[in-house]
Amino acid sequence: MKYIIKKILMMILTLVVVSFCVFLAFSLIPGDPATRKLGTEATPELIMQYREKMGLNDPLLVRYFRWLISFIKGDMGTSYSYSVPVSSMLMNKLPITLTLGIMSFVMMIVISIPLGIYTAKHENGYIDKVIVVINQIIMAVPPFFSGILLTFLFGMIFKLFTPGGFVSYTQDMGAFLKYLILPAISIALPKAAMSTKLLRGSVIAEAEKDYTRTAYSRGNSTTEVLYRHVLKNAMIPVITFMGMALADMIAGSIVIEQVFSIPGISRILLTSISNRDYPVVEAIIMGIAILVIVTNLLVDIIYRIIDPRIETME
Amino acid sequence: MADIILDVSDLNIEFHDHDKPETVVFDFDLTLEKGEIVGIVGESGSGKSMSALAIAGLLKRHALTKTGRIMFDGHDLLTCDRDTLRSYQGDEIAIIFQEPMTSLNPVKKIGWQVEECLRIHHKDMSKQERKEKAVNMLDSVGIHEPEKVYNMYPHELSGGMRQRVMIAAAMIADPQILIADEPTTALDVTVQEQIVELLRKLNREKQTSIIFISHDLSLVSRLCQRVLVMNKGYVVETGKTEDVFKRPREEYTKRLIAAIPKIDI
Amino acid sequence: MKKFFDNIFRYKSNKKINGYMVAGSIITGLIILMVIVGLFYMPYDPTKMDSSCKLQGISLKHIMGTDNMGRDVFSRVMYGSRVTLLIAIGTVTMGVVIGSIIGAFTGYYGGMLDEVLMRIIDALFAFPSILLALVFVSLFGTGTYQVIISLGIAFVPSFARIVRSEVLRCRNMDYIESARLQGVPDLRIIFVHIIPNTKDTMIPSILIGFNNAVLAEAGLSYLGIGSQPPYASLGKMLSDAQSYMFTTPSYVLSIGMTIVLMILGFAFLGEGLGKDKRG
Repeated sequence: MKYIIKKILMMILTLVVVSFCVFLAFSLIPGDPATRKLGTEATPELIMQYREKMGLNDPLLVRYFRWLISFIKGDMGTSYSYSVPVSSMLMNKLPITLTLGIMSFVMMIVISIPLGIYTAKHENGYIDKVIVVINQIIMAVPPFFSGILLTFLFGMIFKLFTPGGFVSYTQDMGAFLKYLILPAISIALPKAAMSTKLLRGSVIAEAEKDYTRTAYSRGNSTTEVLYRHVLKNAMIPVITFMGMALADMIAGSIVIEQVFSIPGISRILLTSISNRDYPVVEAIIMGIAILVIVTNLLVDIIYRIIDPRIETME
Repeated sequence: MADIILDVSDLNIEFHDHDKPETVVFDFDLTLEKGEIVGIVGESGSGKSMSALAIAGLLKRHALTKTGRIMFDGHDLLTCDRDTLRSYQGDEIAIIFQEPMTSLNPVKKIGWQVEECLRIHHKDMSKQERKEKAVNMLDSVGIHEPEKVYNMYPHELSGGMRQRVMIAAAMIADPQILIADEPTTALDVTVQEQIVELLRKLNREKQTSIIFISHDLSLVSRLCQRVLVMNKGYVVETGKTEDVFKRPREEYTKRLIAAIPKIDI
Repeated sequence: MKKFFDNIFRYKSNKKINGYMVAGSIITGLIILMVIVGLFYMPYDPTKMDSSCKLQGISLKHIMGTDNMGRDVFSRVMYGSRVTLLIAIGTVTMGVVIGSIIGAFTGYYGGMLDEVLMRIIDALFAFPSILLALVFVSLFGTGTYQVIISLGIAFVPSFARIVRSEVLRCRNMDYIESARLQGVPDLRIIFVHIIPNTKDTMIPSILIGFNNAVLAEAGLSYLGIGSQPPYASLGKMLSDAQSYMFTTPSYVLSIGMTIVLMILGFAFLGEGLGKDKRG
């Protein structure tokens, strides 16, 4: 319990540091928001007035805390380009990106855990050798290219998929999820390959350890040693990887949304970057940062559950 | 003549790891009577641990060849099918190892590991019975507050305590044979003494036969009734402990004995 | 550098041939050869449009076909690989240099500076590098150099962590201790005695770094952020080619396969070196 509280405090500290970095970065950008808002023809008096009104003349720390508090309240500022609240712009896009990320995460787990165990158990067998090589190749295929290949395969040859035929979750949940299958596979494939490789190596390394010999000496069969003793130990490094992969996959979905023309967070982010619509970029980055940091906390907690040694190690 | 419960004859073990095969144990013979403590001594690499692992059925089936016979309960453990071998492992033949630090699974509770043999071999036993037995066993190997230790993890215990846990886990199903493979080497001298005392107590109370493997001759001379001296894979001398230590016939044994540090008080 | 090549070609002296190493060397060698040849000779001008032969398939005249503006895809791939490779080299160099300096100092001196920097580095490390690069691109603007700087910064944390843990490992070794007692200055200890010792860990990490840099660069330029036309890198070309996937598959496939091979080459080299180390 002490461990978890310590980790939560640590997480809050990291959140503060990261949010400050993000805030600092975006307030150092050349260009005055007041000038941007009022246009270059505005008189200096008008600009001064506006700056005073928006609190732009206050010290950096004051502005930071004001920004942080309003962010926590859900007010992420107003888009420069569209003059609408950022939160309302993101609200109905967020579920799309999150669904895609979580779908690929689940796929990665479902593919890699059985494969990792199987290949470790049959180390150096024919199927293992083939899977190891395929794994290496899959890891080298960028998700956006495998997305293109999958579109080609399922759209052109099998005719099971309509490129660009995205249906929003508000209209038809089933069709929405069905459209996301191929994008999710493209995101999940390289990560699944990596985590298969990691789990395989981890199981093989654990199987060499002394405690497995003890387990055999008590009359366990190979399968029993694997599932009752080795697997829990072998999962420890894999969980770290999967935690990091979740963040990567959500970031990866930004590229994949472009490949499959899915109107998620990606499009808003990219147009905001090219329009220099900073409040929107800032909000998205902060959102993903929070997600990353919370995921790390969850990984730490899962760690604690699996590995009892952690508390004393800290 | 007492009951012979284990009869090992002509055991040869040969490795194939490297380019040319390498024999590590030659014509190993051993008979073990009920309630007897037999010691195997020798330097590291003399083949004593290999022989022990072979008896416990823990040598991998590939990468090495084994010939000879290990007769237990009417079965040859070298050639019987794996299910038969497994039914003896942990239930009738138990083993404890040199490294108590790494021989326990780090992510499982002590109680779970102590009970494991019961879970595998005595499936009819209820959870409550198993726990009761495990706690009693922990108590009888000299662990204070066994109820508390039952719910602890290995890293929370000292090396000596872990070795006691290993012994408790090995003895829980009342095996006929306990193989102790250098059980005290990794421990402090005072703890060594306690572990040896514990093994003697268990042997007396439960009539468990013990094969005690060590390079420490003084320990062996105090604990074992009979002793085998091994060198480079061969059993060079065997007999009653007293005879071997007082009247060693082989040069190698003499040198081993001469190397024991003597303290005259 | 000589040691580096010795490492790569060490399989010659071993009885057992390291398959990953051979495959990695061949693939990477071919890509580098293609880029070097491209400096002096290309079959066509990669920017020359020819409306008479748009979107042609594979032929002897155009071994990878032509694009929607009638440009020769192979020449464009030669050019694009050069851009991608240069960005990758720039990125990795930047990551390694800055990361080593941060990692070496924080690891060697420890203390408060170490605590604070490592907190930030950890937070950055958990952040997906492509996203980090996007943040910096949005700050610095788009373009080849901006992409190198952005990706370079995004790569700093991983190298800083590796160097830091290596320095921590070496810091208390006897020979460092004795150098310190002899009065060798700290800077000299760090850069002459400690850093060279990290090479066994660093070389595979650098190869993996190339792998990731190519991947990230391709991703960024696929999104249209990065080197701007006509100096297109492979990722941008791929996103252009995607629209013609159904009419001229050879166009998109040849570009995609080049990216895959480039990544695969580095990945195999990294894997091979790792295998060599493990024996």
